[in-house]
Amino acid sequence: MSGPVLDTKLSTGAEDVRANAAHNRALVEELREKVATAAMGGAAKARDKHVARGKLLPRERVERLLDAGSPFLEIGQLTANGMHHGEVPGAGIITGIGRVEGRQVMIVCNDATVKGGTYYPLTVKKHLRAQEIALENRLPCVYLVDSGGANLPNQADVFPDREHFGRIFYNQAQMSALGIPQIACVMGSCTAGGAYMPAMSDETVIVRNQGTIFLAGPPLVQAATGEVISAEDLGGGDLHGRKSGVVDHVAENDEHALSIVRDIVSTLQPAPTIDLNLRDPVPPRFDPHDLYGVVPQDVRAPYDVREVIARIVDGSEFHEFKALYGTTLVCGFAHIWGMPVAILANNGVLFSESAVKGAHFIELACQRRIPLLFLQNISGFMVGGKYEAEGIAKHGAKLVTAVATASVPKITVLIGGSFGAGNYGMCGRAYSPRFLFTWPNSRISVMGGEQAASVLATVHRDAEKWSAEEAEAFKAPIRRKYEDEGNPYYATARLWDDGVIDPAQTRDVLGLAFAATLNAPVSERPSFGLFRM
Amino acid sequence: MIQSLLIANRGEIACRIISTARRLGIRTIAVYSDADAHALHVRSADEAVHIGPSPVRKSYLLGDRIIEAARQTGAEAIHPGYGFLSENAAFAQAVIDAGLVWVGPNPGSITAMGLKDAAKKLMQDAGVPTTPGYLGEDQSPERLRAEADAIGYPVLIKAVAGGGGKGMRKVDNASDFADALLSCQREAASSFGNDQVLLEKWVTNPRHIEVQVFGDRHGNVVHLFERDCSLQRRHQKVIEEAPAPGMDADTREAICQAAVRAAKAVDYVGAGTIEFIADGSEGLRADRIWFMEMNTRLQVEHPVTEEITGQDLVEWQLRVASGEPLPKAQHELSINGWAMEARLYAEDPAKGFLPSIGRLERFDIGPAYRVDTGVEQGSEISSFYDPMIAKLIVWGPDRDAARLSLAATLERTVIWPLKTNAGFLVKALHHSDFAQARLDTGLIGREGDALLPAALPSAAALEAAAARLAAPGPMAGFRLNAEPRQDGWFLLDGAPVKVALSASGECKAGRSVIVAENGQSWLLTPWRAGGQGGGEASDGAILSPMPGRIISVAVTAGDKVTKGQKLLTLEAMKMEHSLVAPFDGTVAELNGAEGGQVSEGALLVRIEKAVEN
Repeated sequence: MSGPVLDTKLSTGAEDVRANAAHNRALVEELREKVATAAMGGAAKARDKHVARGKLLPRERVERLLDAGSPFLEIGQLTANGMHHGEVPGAGIITGIGRVEGRQVMIVCNDATVKGGTYYPLTVKKHLRAQEIALENRLPCVYLVDSGGANLPNQADVFPDREHFGRIFYNQAQMSALGIPQIACVMGSCTAGGAYMPAMSDETVIVRNQGTIFLAGPPLVQAATGEVISAEDLGGGDLHGRKSGVVDHVAENDEHALSIVRDIVSTLQPAPTIDLNLRDPVPPRFDPHDLYGVVPQDVRAPYDVREVIARIVDGSEFHEFKALYGTTLVCGFAHIWGMPVAILANNGVLFSESAVKGAHFIELACQRRIPLLFLQNISGFMVGGKYEAEGIAKHGAKLVTAVATASVPKITVLIGGSFGAGNYGMCGRAYSPRFLFTWPNSRISVMGGEQAASVLATVHRDAEKWSAEEAEAFKAPIRRKYEDEGNPYYATARLWDDGVIDPAQTRDVLGLAFAATLNAPVSERPSFGLFRM
Repeated sequence: MIQSLLIANRGEIACRIISTARRLGIRTIAVYSDADAHALHVRSADEAVHIGPSPVRKSYLLGDRIIEAARQTGAEAIHPGYGFLSENAAFAQAVIDAGLVWVGPNPGSITAMGLKDAAKKLMQDAGVPTTPGYLGEDQSPERLRAEADAIGYPVLIKAVAGGGGKGMRKVDNASDFADALLSCQREAASSFGNDQVLLEKWVTNPRHIEVQVFGDRHGNVVHLFERDCSLQRRHQKVIEEAPAPGMDADTREAICQAAVRAAKAVDYVGAGTIEFIADGSEGLRADRIWFMEMNTRLQVEHPVTEEITGQDLVEWQLRVASGEPLPKAQHELSINGWAMEARLYAEDPAKGFLPSIGRLERFDIGPAYRVDTGVEQGSEISSFYDPMIAKLIVWGPDRDAARLSLAATLERTVIWPLKTNAGFLVKALHHSDFAQARLDTGLIGREGDALLPAALPSAAALEAAAARLAAPGPMAGFRLNAEPRQDGWFLLDGAPVKVALSASGECKAGRSVIVAENGQSWLLTPWRAGGQGGGEASDGAILSPMPGRIISVAVTAGDKVTKGQKLLTLEAMKMEHSLVAPFDGTVAELNGAEGGQVSEGALLVRIEKAVEN
């Protein structure tokens, strides 16, 4: 593919651009600080205790597992951010995609310095999300286990439901059935339900005198049967390596264990090659860091989304489709890090024409087996009598159908607002994009705070009696609530996305994410649902 | 001219001799031991005869077996090379008695030069200067003083019965002699009950100078100038050169003529070397160069002489042995330029120069002026023989050109996994004293650690190697919302090392990379737990794999065992099962004796792991 090179109208010296840049850089600064804090894991005391036991800190475990120089695309860096009194940074688990022995794998690593690595509700959700990514993208899973199991005070939100703790092992079985390797390395506790993590894996490693696996620990055993037995004798490396056969390899220490995991990964089949039209990557013609100046400070302020595309795609080359039609949705083909992508990017409110154009373009992408990228900055579909009459609901439905049933991998980035049904049409979380990332300036809610406050004020039975002050007193807390809940950190803490990302890293994140999607086959023929005509 | 030649040697010298013999159209026969069955010298020769097991005493030193091999193959002559039987007069005689041609001097010359004291006397009689000294019955202070004056100061007074540094006095001036003598005699009397002393010339700044001589059966003797072999480590020559730095024409003429006289004194035939000790404290002076000994064979360092004279000394040897006169007369020989040789050893400077034994997985000298070697990539360096793997020889118009070219050659060598002294040689060649020809035999001993090569490659070399392994692209070490991770863990010769990763590396996927720098090589591999195998970790408890009977116990409690060592043998199900140590350690517990019945899972032995230093 080749296409015309996008131009830029950005003048980096202009005052508004410099103001944008300062604003967005500050947002990224804040993001990096939050991430760095969360990456520390547990409190200093807990970390010191962990290290004093001869264990590597969880992030060091991940580093030692990865190939030297491997990128690591972390998922859910800020999960549980600001929740549970800030006591479970990252939800006590590190998840992400990195290269091991040349193979892209999903790494799931408990952080025992955070509440003993126990599973809070969001820990479960993050673990399941990592497994979902692994399943959809056929990534081998490596579990670095060091966890006390379910967090008992939170058992009601951890144990019983479909998407709770038990789902982890269900997923392991399902993935194993599909030939997606499941590898567990027991580097600490692995108690009760956790014992199934290694037991359900294809191949397992344990660290001697450190890792333990048992359904019930020594205190529970003593309570139940009176048997007094040490943890090592009950479920240590020797017991499982020699007698029970629950583990396949016994390691001397963390480093040794991780090297055995690397050896195991080296025995896996290489990832299948994908017959996509790959080409040599070239950097965009415009510096991705200029995105800070491109993105306005106010999420409602309009700007040309092509300025963003020009800073993400290879050579800033963009083969635009229907440039003159339905202009509020920019569609076109490009490459990112050498991989072909079909981009849909908002450039204003969605009209019927833009929705139909988008649906058509998604059909094209699926016919050509080109992965989809959604750059979402949408206040919604156009409203009003004229538009309802022309059937914007059915035209919007065409776009939503196309998005929902597209047969190629989809990735979504929230680069601005994500409001209302626009979120659906642009492949929000509910539409199962393989990955969904957000920018720190983005906002997500069913509608804007102002609109919500106005709607609620309008429909209030006393509304007609209110003075201006009274109306404002009613609306202010609603606006505040929407502002709080629409904040990307509120969203990412709840895993409504896979992470908040620095806009300047968008190209790299997409490169890694699309590369991950190439591990799974893309179906030959599209198969869409019915388009309402 | 002889038509066939058996080479009673191995390694580089055997290859060296074979190459000249081949050029002269002589059929060559190699001999070899078990260890050398696939050696280069065996494959280079026209024929090869196996002469015994690997130890030299059972192969290369078996004169009878070698003569037998010559008979078997119809060899006309035997060339002994250097070392082994080359200076064994009895072997030389046996070769001659067997009706074969001996490529070497008459057995009588070998014998004459083999007795060091007699040789010295012989030289004095021939007018060859020997190290001045006095060892006589007359112990009067007057006589001793007169002898000391004659020897010249400084002089060393030594107790005849002395040892261990006791009863020794160095006297710098004549005026100090009397006092020093008295105190030395007193100490000698009290320490050894014998106050007799001897006098020796104190060589302030000793240099090793040697002269190549050649004689034929027609009474001709010529010299091929001198070599300087002052750079030595523990009396082992390290770097040799020709001519000797600082040698003026008169001095050269004086010592070379002395060497010719020495050779003539023993009716010398063939290649020989007269070794001198020189006092270089005031430059090389004819009256400060003294005979030490004569080597009645071809020397290891003969190539430097060949390079400055343009002669092939092995060809000379073969022609002389065939009865031909010397190929050149003295006036036809001259010195052209400068030659230098380094002896490349498979040894580890970091471990006290212990031999480094094993297979040469990589042996790459790179472009070199001349390499005399008996090995090639894939060869085994065994502990049976000298670990010298090659001689690197260079020629240049002057000393500095030769020195720098030799250093450059050594810097380019890539040898792995064996360690070599190449890095050490490079440092020696660049040492300011050596560079400025301030030579003496104590230089290396004095400089010691300063000449040891770097223990680790430079950061730049590591990074370059790591870049080839890690294939980092522009997204190398990408970390979300953080700076990229710009380093990674690798193993350097099995030890974990963290290496910075440059963003713009060469993208080559590989399992390992040799990091070569300044003649040293290391292997960089992707990170693995240092030195540990995958999943074999054991707690040292050796359990009985099944019910059975112990039929032998190979260890006792407290024994030190090495990984893989057999501990005991069990008989079960009509099969023998050997139980071995899982790692190096000590037998901490031993249950069961020979003949004892054991049940499945019984703890038979427990090994306590040796603590790594």
